[in-house]
Amino acid sequence: LATHSLFLTMFLVFRNAVLETEVTKVGCRMPAARKTGTTIVGVVFKDGLVLGADTRATEGMIVADKNCSKIHYISPNIYCCGAGTAADTEMTTQIISSNLELHSLSTGRLPRVATANRMLKQMLFRYQGHIGAALVLGGMDCNGPHLYSIYPHGSTDKLPYVTMGSGSLAAMAVFEDRYKQDMEEEDAKRLVRDAIAAGIFNDLGSGSNIDLCVITKGRVDYLRPHDMANKKGVRTGSYKYKRGTTGVLTKTVTKLDLEVVEETIQTMDTS
Amino acid sequence: MNTRGLRSQLKDSVPVTGMGPQVGAYGVQDTLRSGFSSVKNELLPSHVLELSEKNFQLNQDKMNFSTLRNIQGLHAPLKLQMEYRAARQIQRLPFLQSSHLALDTLKGNDESISFEDILNDPAQSEMMGEPHIMVEYKLGMM
Repeated sequence: LATHSLFLTMFLVFRNAVLETEVTKVGCRMPAARKTGTTIVGVVFKDGLVLGADTRATEGMIVADKNCSKIHYISPNIYCCGAGTAADTEMTTQIISSNLELHSLSTGRLPRVATANRMLKQMLFRYQGHIGAALVLGGMDCNGPHLYSIYPHGSTDKLPYVTMGSGSLAAMAVFEDRYKQDMEEEDAKRLVRDAIAAGIFNDLGSGSNIDLCVITKGRVDYLRPHDMANKKGVRTGSYKYKRGTTGVLTKTVTKLDLEVVEETIQTMDTS
Repeated sequence: MNTRGLRSQLKDSVPVTGMGPQVGAYGVQDTLRSGFSSVKNELLPSHVLELSEKNFQLNQDKMNFSTLRNIQGLHAPLKLQMEYRAARQIQRLPFLQSSHLALDTLKGNDESISFEDILNDPAQSEMMGEPHIMVEYKLGMM
């Protein structure tokens, strides 16, 4: 299965490497990967956990997507927020989701968060950090709620509250101030909302709306958007000029003589 | 961070066929089959992970077989490798795509999806090998 496709894949890798060195000599630039300079967080509360993310995707200094979805589906009871290169997080979570589905069909049980965590860390370590995906993985399984943070090189941490992305410091400051063990659901949602808002307002790489995902036993609430923190302003006046603002000095009308040269009717073949 | 020196980073060090310099019938580069050659292209990998990925499946197998040998004795990897060899022979003619179903089932690849299954779909391949040449090459008549 693998050998033939591996050679062609290696050929493309070699071609890309040559292009990268040669293209600067001609004066062009390689296309920049779209990153999600991001704030993603997760927190465990009494009966489950809450995942939160902002919705801005940047391409260098430009906002590429004002409302992108950063909370990805892994399995009915497991969701994953992704920061870093947008394509990497998207494809990685989709591959792991497929593998977890096959695994769960094979075992006949609901998948566990530790399984998803191990699959992700083994894949990311195999590619030595070249896959730029920093993830916050959270879910509810037979052993209760679990929350993991996974770094691009493959290290993971299992913690009660985690933040990742460029806005992680702002969000972590909010968590460190107000986190308590065994919170209620509404308190946890408010805490996550405030942490993401801190990231949105204090970090240039994060912005737009706040998405939330509440996972409890038997129920997943995907709240998109939970809070529109940055609504686009409404124009208060009309700035169009009225007709007659500019005076007309002269007017010349030229008629274009168009004559009919040929007229054909082509019937449709409806047989 | 490779501390084993340059020797291990050369493409020659990879036991997978097709990675080192392609030698033809008279010991020189077979230009007809593998195109023009350049020393740099043949010796140095073009990406940091190229050698690691080429070796990946081999290393996984080596590790698994040696663990199996330590736990169950020599007969276990021996029997498995015999089955792999038999399953590998079930394939179509060289220029056609074989599904490798038996080999995949033995190796457990039928229960996992990875980049080889998503990228580089053979149905979308732009090139096709010349059937007569490929069969003659396989039979050793070329």
